Amino acid sequence: MPGRAKKEEYKQVSVSEFFEKNRHILGFDSAQKSLFMIVKEAVDNSLDACEERAILPEIKVSVDRVKDDIFRITVEDNGPGIERTVVPRVFGQLLYGSRFHVLRQTRGQQGLGITASILYGQSTSGEPCIITTKRREDEVAFHFVLGIDVRSNKADLKVEEPIIWDRESGTSITITAKGRYVTGKQSIMEYLKEVAVVNPNARIQFTDPDGKTVTFERSINEPAKPSRPTKPHPYGIELGELLSLSQFTESTDIVKMLATEFSRVSENSATEIVQKAGVDPGMNPKDLTKEQAESLMKAIGETKLMPPTGESLSPISEQFIRLGMLAVYGEERPSFFGKPVSGKVRIYKGNPFSVEVGMVYGGDLPSDQPVRIVRYANKVPLLFQPGSCAITQAISDIDWRQLGFDQKQGKGVPYGPAIILVHVHGPRLPYISESKEAIAPIEEIMDEIKNVIRIEVRQLRKFNSRAERNKKIGEKFNLVSVVVPEIAKKASEILSKEIPDCTMVITRIANVVFVREDIINENGVKISRSSVVNYTMDKISMNLKIVFPFGEKDMEIRDLEPSKSYIFDQELSRITGGYSGAEYYFTGINPVYVQGAEELPADWNLKGVETVEE
Amino acid sequence: MKNFVRQIYDSIQRGEIPEIRLKSRTKENIVLDSLLGVWKYGDQEVLRSAKKMDGAQFMAKTLYTIQFILEMLGESKSSTLREMYYISEGWKDYKFTAQDESNLLVEDMEVITELLREDFHLRPEENGASIIGNITIEEKNRKNEFKRINCRDDVGDAGYTIPYNVESEKLRLISHDADMIVALETGGMFDRLVENKFDEDFRAVLVHLKGQPARSTRRLLKRMNEEMNLPVYIFTDGDPWSFRIYASIAYGAIKTAHISHWLAVPTAEFVGITASDILTYDLPTDKLSDKDVAALNAELQDPRFNTEFWKSEIETMLKINQKAEQQALAKYGLNFVTETYLPEKLNLRS
Repeated sequence: MPGRAKKEEYKQVSVSEFFEKNRHILGFDSAQKSLFMIVKEAVDNSLDACEERAILPEIKVSVDRVKDDIFRITVEDNGPGIERTVVPRVFGQLLYGSRFHVLRQTRGQQGLGITASILYGQSTSGEPCIITTKRREDEVAFHFVLGIDVRSNKADLKVEEPIIWDRESGTSITITAKGRYVTGKQSIMEYLKEVAVVNPNARIQFTDPDGKTVTFERSINEPAKPSRPTKPHPYGIELGELLSLSQFTESTDIVKMLATEFSRVSENSATEIVQKAGVDPGMNPKDLTKEQAESLMKAIGETKLMPPTGESLSPISEQFIRLGMLAVYGEERPSFFGKPVSGKVRIYKGNPFSVEVGMVYGGDLPSDQPVRIVRYANKVPLLFQPGSCAITQAISDIDWRQLGFDQKQGKGVPYGPAIILVHVHGPRLPYISESKEAIAPIEEIMDEIKNVIRIEVRQLRKFNSRAERNKKIGEKFNLVSVVVPEIAKKASEILSKEIPDCTMVITRIANVVFVREDIINENGVKISRSSVVNYTMDKISMNLKIVFPFGEKDMEIRDLEPSKSYIFDQELSRITGGYSGAEYYFTGINPVYVQGAEELPADWNLKGVETVEE
Repeated sequence: MKNFVRQIYDSIQRGEIPEIRLKSRTKENIVLDSLLGVWKYGDQEVLRSAKKMDGAQFMAKTLYTIQFILEMLGESKSSTLREMYYISEGWKDYKFTAQDESNLLVEDMEVITELLREDFHLRPEENGASIIGNITIEEKNRKNEFKRINCRDDVGDAGYTIPYNVESEKLRLISHDADMIVALETGGMFDRLVENKFDEDFRAVLVHLKGQPARSTRRLLKRMNEEMNLPVYIFTDGDPWSFRIYASIAYGAIKTAHISHWLAVPTAEFVGITASDILTYDLPTDKLSDKDVAALNAELQDPRFNTEFWKSEIETMLKINQKAEQQALAKYGLNFVTETYLPEKLNLRS
């Protein structure tokens, strides 16, 4: 009967017990995914820990077959290590340590994932997990053998002993679990590869069950900037969260609580909210009723507040995406590496988020295949459920045909030789499920993804049109510098006469000043050679501005004689991998006489390679 | 040839952009030479200038070709068009991209220099077609002696093979005992007429064209027509491509209109299958393909086909949307072509 259930029906279920029975919620829903999930949770935690302490990550992952379908997974890092006394709670207790009212962008699921992994291992193999951890400040490391007591949701500590571990700091975790080892698109290897792309400062080593080791080397010695914890913005709060917060807070009255626990809420606006809600400003937050909380929520919605800041956001950064894509996708020898684009801070339901996009194009990438989409949420690769993800859907919504790709009826994933990297990040991203496999297709997020992708792809078009223009100029240049002299040479050979002087003919044909770039190799050094060739009949003078991806160069050319060249060499040692070519701008000469350069805009306030948002 | 090179050389020396003007070799630029009855190039010219990449490349390739020909002439050698195409491999940036390109260039050179490719010691890959009939010729053999051959009595079933050079220094027409020349498109029909002794019964010289006839075949037809006063009849399939075979023999080909006066037989008559024959004889047919239709429509725009006869036949063929082969006449038995069809056609016309 309603309202009066029998007591035994309400038997308390511990969190651990609940997850053991509902593994799929955290992603342990198939044998092949389980091994992947364990590696992912451990690696995410390692990277988070290193990032927090500005350590250059050094991560070793190995998967061994114990027997049949039982595997032993070890993930070892050089992170800060964990204080001995908290180890049982950190690893053995679900939901420990997630101070949910602090907003912070991290990879891991805050204590959920790794414990679930241990729990999964324990229940499928019967083996406890083995942990070794050492902090820089401790003399010795500590070795733990630990299981989870499902009933009490607590660690079942079997062994704890100090050991000698020859390293400054770090943590190693070994979990034995049942599973199926797979390769391919949704594999541990693919995951680590994509991790390597966005963590170019990490050295990641992977040893598979056959003993084969692959290492992704570090390409930059710079720690990632850690994300900063921030308070939540009231626009993004849920009723339940507000109620729990009122129990946790140390504030003694409701106005103080609003002003201290939230970002962008001053004492004044807190008072305004409380008054609008008709709640006593002096009331103790612990006495807040559900009805009062609802009124407060409504009042928050009606009160004008400063939008959330992006402080809590931790982008991968343009530099890291560039270097990472270069290092990992360089083997495809793409002809174009886009400069990654970071979008502005946007808000979805009061929560800040931002989008980053990187792209490589051409080279050995197949042009008759769908473009490869590499998805990330909070720096974590998303390998599953691509079709349900905001990233895939946003890409499918764009009409790529205008951007020079093939796309059936202007819908769906386009075809072309490209890898598109999309990173959506923010402290509270909406996922389609608890296992965080895909970003929910929320309109605000989809719109921003499309927006940033368009900016990125615009660069590609610029690159393509520059290549096209260079080709045309190259042809004309070839005509006057190679073919016409060849005609003169052949004609004189046949007639047994002296080779006539072609200068006049060449000048007549061209009658321009050519500006062109050649990429040459001198003793292994890649050099951009800019040539200005005067194919007019008069001496010329001009100012030339060369814009390289890394900076600009201004030069004055004075009294260049007809058919003479002015050469400028620039070493490209600072550019690794793809180089999209220099841009040329000029002043001080009639534009009709110049080919291969553009007239500099009158204001000289050149943005150059800066990608400007529309 | 050197004159042409000198022009280029001189304009470079004068500081002028070298240019080549040559007759436009398209069907828009062929006009009827009413005196000779053949179609020749009109006054339209195309300008190839070194100002543009295409023109400059053409000029460079032409110079390479001229140098090659001059060297070959100096050594008294000759080569095939195909060999020249392969030799151009060594010209790197100026090599020919396809056999067609080198053939066209040689034809352009004929137009420019008013010489024949034989003068350049360039010959086609394939020999001409074959002849069976009571005609006697003399051909100079490799020992430089003229050898007399009767094309009925001194040859096998395949007939006398026409060499690539049929000018009088190589081939002399001696005598004949025939009333006409019947030129056939296909080998099957040639064999049929030979087997049925059409050459003897109707005092005909049979010529197998082997599809679109080679220059030497057309030239020899012309010589036999002019020097021996033999009328020429062309017996082909009934489709647009066969009409073109007839046109190239009778009126001159568009590509070689600069030498129409030397190749074409303006009095040649068409006795091939027409659209009317398809209807009259109720012949087995095939449907026209898209390419056939396009070719027929192109012929309606072609000045050479601008006669009542051709217009009505082409339009009828388009209307019935059908074509037929020569061999379709076998529907009425193997002797139908020699006993009925050809005698009717030839009588009708003579």
